[in-house]
Amino acid sequence: MSVDKKTVTRVARLARIKVPEDELDTLAGELSNIIGWIELLDEVNTKNVEPLASVSDMKQRWRADKVTDGGIPEKVTVNAPDLQKGMFSVPKVVE
Amino acid sequence: MAGSSDLRDITIADARDALAAGQLSARDLTNAFLEAIEEERYLNAFITETPDRALADADASDARRAKGETLSPLDGIPIAIKDLFCTDGVQTTAASHILEGFIPPYESTVTSNLRAAGTVMLGKTNLDEFAMGSSNETSYFGSVENPWRRSSDNKPLVPGGSSGGSASAVAGRLCLGATGTDTGGSIRQPAAFCGIVGMKPTYGRCSRWGIVAFASSLDQAGPMTRTVRDAAILLGGMAGFDPMDSTSADIDTPNFESVLNNGVKGLRIGIPSEYAVDGMDPEIEFLWEQGKSWLRGAGAQLVDISLPHTKYALPAYYIIAPAEASSNLARYDGVRFGQRKEGSDLTELYENTRAGGFGREVRRRILIGTFALSSGYYDAYYLKAQKVRALIARDFRDAYAACDVILTPTTPGAAFAMDEKSDDPIAMYLNDVLTVPASLAGLPAISVPAGLSHDGLPLGLHLIGRAFDEETLLRAAQALEDAADFKARPGQR
Repeated sequence: MSVDKKTVTRVARLARIKVPEDELDTLAGELSNIIGWIELLDEVNTKNVEPLASVSDMKQRWRADKVTDGGIPEKVTVNAPDLQKGMFSVPKVVE
Repeated sequence: MAGSSDLRDITIADARDALAAGQLSARDLTNAFLEAIEEERYLNAFITETPDRALADADASDARRAKGETLSPLDGIPIAIKDLFCTDGVQTTAASHILEGFIPPYESTVTSNLRAAGTVMLGKTNLDEFAMGSSNETSYFGSVENPWRRSSDNKPLVPGGSSGGSASAVAGRLCLGATGTDTGGSIRQPAAFCGIVGMKPTYGRCSRWGIVAFASSLDQAGPMTRTVRDAAILLGGMAGFDPMDSTSADIDTPNFESVLNNGVKGLRIGIPSEYAVDGMDPEIEFLWEQGKSWLRGAGAQLVDISLPHTKYALPAYYIIAPAEASSNLARYDGVRFGQRKEGSDLTELYENTRAGGFGREVRRRILIGTFALSSGYYDAYYLKAQKVRALIARDFRDAYAACDVILTPTTPGAAFAMDEKSDDPIAMYLNDVLTVPASLAGLPAISVPAGLSHDGLPLGLHLIGRAFDEETLLRAAQALEDAADFKARPGQR
């Protein structure tokens, strides 16, 4: 399929990446090329094939449900770009 | 011991033995590499050099040795760390602007294992941004140069990617070995381009904890060295079970080095017919033929096998890897760590931060991944790719009924010049066509330098093993290395 400007805008919004209007055409072209190439997969008969999400065929391990870490707020926040009173800050979201 | 330029040429195994015999100090060895790094900054192999840390590590190692308390065979060995591994107190960028200045307050399990083994950290090596690339041209911190030049035009060449800084540093003798990570070929392709050994172990062999995530079902750390023996030694220091990674394999780490001299007599080497694609470079075809006859000459048996879904591996990968990346990279939001670009509301803050923080290729892959996972396209693209992945894994399972190791070339060609392919994403993606299938199947694989192109550039042969059978893989790699007797080095063809 070819990816149009509208689809790029929608996907960019979902991905939370601002795409300037004048880049939409180029991106739509690039994504169309890549997606078009990927459609080679349509040739493969995948009827009755289970999708493979992970190659590790080991069972998921159980672990004790207990606290193993914590009490290190300074370490957790040390890289915050805008730390206020020891807390992460964001623009106002509730009026 | 000899002068510092000779020190740069020794292997990990030699250095280990010289350190043990008291002929060499970790400090002298480390100084030789720190000087080399400074001399060859034009390669841009490092994003962050850590000379003070390196000398402190070296002195601590020498002090331990004096007391007879060495930690492991790697004690005092100077290595470089791909800047995708989080290192406590040392900037970790993933070669992205969005992580510029990020100083992790914790250490990745792999680097923590290497520290516990007594290694010396020289610095953090350059890579493609978030490990997305095959030429190391997508780094925010600039492209890396390959220490090799082709004889015809002497143009600067790419080292391959994404572990291009590590490959360039090892090939340029700026360290004894380096860590890399491989998602679709990011250790093996640059190893081939730079004339060194690069190994991706079985998925689950090395912990992913503390490695900046690209595609979690594919990412795997591995060693990059100048010899197969060094790869075996370095892998031993990196691998091991880690409860912090839910896909880490709870199995013992064998002594990889101990099997290297066991030979390949009677080993069945699979030759997949599908890898002989139309239009294959005759040089690569010749190299492959040579590899076959070398292994046959060493007593192995060649077996024709079929991996019927090979040509679908790359397009499946370019859905699966971007899909996982789009999810993993959602964490870069400008709130908790990393760069931030303000906006009038929260959504705009996210959108500005991510548009300004991610480079072009990373944005492109996030968009492809988001598209493939979005409502209306999920079944047609993402689920389809996962089904094809299942068929690719099954191809390998079937093939291993008839063989023990698979031999292919590593790359479709030798290193290319900078800017030669950076305008065409699909041409760039095709670099990984021979390495991606093993990644999708989670299998261990290694690239061994095996010859030179007509232009004097290194070419690699690629071996793929059974899951968690690195020992057989390394035996075959050792046999290839012995037969190839690759002695060429950059600037000395």
